[in-house]
Amino acid sequence: MPNTKRRRLVATTVAVALGATALAACGSSGDTGEAASGPVSLTYWTWTPGMDKVVDLWNKGQGKKEQITVTVKKQASGDSLITKILTAHKAKQAPDLVQAEYQALPTLVSNDALADISKNVGDAKNEFADGVWQQTTLGTDAVYAIPQDIGPMMFYYRQDLFKKYGLTVPTTWDQFAETARKLKKASPDTDLTTFSANDSGLFAGLAQQAGAKWWTASGNKWKVGINDAASQKVAKFWGGLVKEGVIDNQPMYTPAWNKALDTGKQIAWVSAVWAPGTLTTAAPDTKGKWAMAPLPQWSAGENVTGSWGGSSTAVTTDSKHQAAAAEFAAWLNTDKDALNALAKESGIYPASKAAQTSGAFLTPPDYFANQADFYTQAAKIAETTAPSAWGPNVNVAYASFNDAFGAAAKNKSDFAAALDSMQDETVADLKKQGFGVAQ
Amino acid sequence: MTTPAHRRSYGVKGAPYAFLLPATILFCLFFALPIGYALWLSFRKVHVSGLGLGSGARQEVWAGFQNYTAALTDDELLGGALHVLGYGCIVVPVMLGLALLFALMLDADKVRLAPFTRLAIFLPYAIPGVVAALLWGFLYLPDVSPFYFVLAKLGLPQPDLLDGGPLYLALSNIAVWGGTGFNMIVIYTALQAIPAEVYEAAELDGATPLQIALRIKIPMVAPSLVLTFFFSIIATLQVYNEPTTLKPLTNSLPTTWSPLMKVYQDAFGKGDIYAAAAEATLIAFVTLVLSFGFLRAANRRNKQEAAR
Repeated sequence: MPNTKRRRLVATTVAVALGATALAACGSSGDTGEAASGPVSLTYWTWTPGMDKVVDLWNKGQGKKEQITVTVKKQASGDSLITKILTAHKAKQAPDLVQAEYQALPTLVSNDALADISKNVGDAKNEFADGVWQQTTLGTDAVYAIPQDIGPMMFYYRQDLFKKYGLTVPTTWDQFAETARKLKKASPDTDLTTFSANDSGLFAGLAQQAGAKWWTASGNKWKVGINDAASQKVAKFWGGLVKEGVIDNQPMYTPAWNKALDTGKQIAWVSAVWAPGTLTTAAPDTKGKWAMAPLPQWSAGENVTGSWGGSSTAVTTDSKHQAAAAEFAAWLNTDKDALNALAKESGIYPASKAAQTSGAFLTPPDYFANQADFYTQAAKIAETTAPSAWGPNVNVAYASFNDAFGAAAKNKSDFAAALDSMQDETVADLKKQGFGVAQ
Repeated sequence: MTTPAHRRSYGVKGAPYAFLLPATILFCLFFALPIGYALWLSFRKVHVSGLGLGSGARQEVWAGFQNYTAALTDDELLGGALHVLGYGCIVVPVMLGLALLFALMLDADKVRLAPFTRLAIFLPYAIPGVVAALLWGFLYLPDVSPFYFVLAKLGLPQPDLLDGGPLYLALSNIAVWGGTGFNMIVIYTALQAIPAEVYEAAELDGATPLQIALRIKIPMVAPSLVLTFFFSIIATLQVYNEPTTLKPLTNSLPTTWSPLMKVYQDAFGKGDIYAAAAEATLIAFVTLVLSFGFLRAANRRNKQEAAR
């Protein structure tokens, strides 16, 4: 998600802390109370900042009444946490509750690490958009997680510089390309944006918007469609812009990128609802000069977006108190006070529909004070999120994306070929592991 | 914990074993056992049936040498080995050459500010590798680097240090900057241990300082040079921090640039600990062969020279 630099630092610190956690976990295996009777204590692995304060609300309120105490263990985000959960699960020592990005759920489920909590979550389903909820069921009758935050994608641009260069906000990708060309002509040193190969989530979201279905299950087999027509279209579009030289090809989240955003060398960013947080640290001097608009569309009149980031709360099969854990997960992501605290303490954009337009989201983010209806628009855009299709080895596809698209962006070569190699590596990995793969 | 009763029954004979026990236990627990486990994993693989959803769909099965043959024929691992070879060809000679030069200069008769200079050269070694790589990474990025600012003001060419051939120089530079001081101290300590009479005799024979350095000092610190070379080879084969830290800054560094990065990527990026275990075993084996092969060759030469 937003700040990879911080994520990496956290990863290092947590790697050290892990040793301590693993030892502590060995010690605590004695506490095996009955699920329904007596006090229950749960461990929760999450990377969300400020989560301990939100959990305090539970421990002092509802949790106290039901004698369910939750302890937060801060972790690194993303793939490294998945590996850690799987390792702990191997030793039957996974924590009761874990935070997991949507695309990681199939991997965790295929390792039998996540419990089916469909019986314990009541009518939580109604709180969420169908497309969001579907990611936690993997299309089955089971429920493997409760959605926490989502990352609907949007288009961010420098309002003042768009005016200065005589540009209009693109509503289709064709217009987007034209805007990039027009800007290059008006100011050769300025780029509309960059194609960054260091965050696969962005490209996955763009492909999702175009209607790509990267993993689909048919019968007993997985069908991998990473190089399907929709993804090809997206890859060729961005590859074309890079080759033409009308957008930059350098990665995001570098000091150089921060500077480019802050000094107006790059004047737009295709991002998600969490962008205000990233922009606040990356481009502090341009506060109030940015504006948000819906993502450009593939054909005029359409209204679809992809998602980039977002995560859920899941209960593990190792938990001895799955019902209690599920109850907490449902409370955390549907209770009004909990969601308010999550917005305030952790700055997340909630998956819960009701929370998207209440409490903390009645006023725009500080950085976008100039756009009063920021969150009203965001909620509308979130509703248009295309369905996603994740499979059991997203991590392999993502790893392959970094290298294949990194090289293609650098050499300004064929992006479609990079997409093919991503497809081939993903299929080869599935076959190697023995999954059923449909051709 | 040996009880008095124990001590009496084993007597003096048992004492050495009792003293060895803590070290042996620690060695077994934290060294032999993990290595053994990694070896075991390297012969295993995962087998999933069908869609792989639900319990029992995933099993660990015997893989034989599959992981090893896959690793040995893997383009990324072999490519990584070549990257490291190129990197090592720059780092090792430059770093040891500079270390020897600085040590000899500090050891010369008339040096001012020797303690300060020694500390200044050594200091980068005290900076953690990741911090050093971040620091240099910022200096390599044209948009934020003061060097590029000066180059631009002077109208000089501004090479892209994070791409192609210069990338090797950029990476090597970080290693040389960080490692020279340590190696210099090792060589310098050896120089200090040379008895003064040797120099006196040489001076009486009319040797110039340069001749003393070339004919006396360098041969006499040869064992230290061998040692530092040995350390440098191992450090080079295990290069990980610098490329990993620079990777997010450029498209030119793939996630599998060096063999250790490939191991990390397979284990933690792709979640295939079995392949990673096999690769790690291979890397350890190659490191062992190369470094001990070098030590043996160096020893043989020393013995031949001693016999002469």
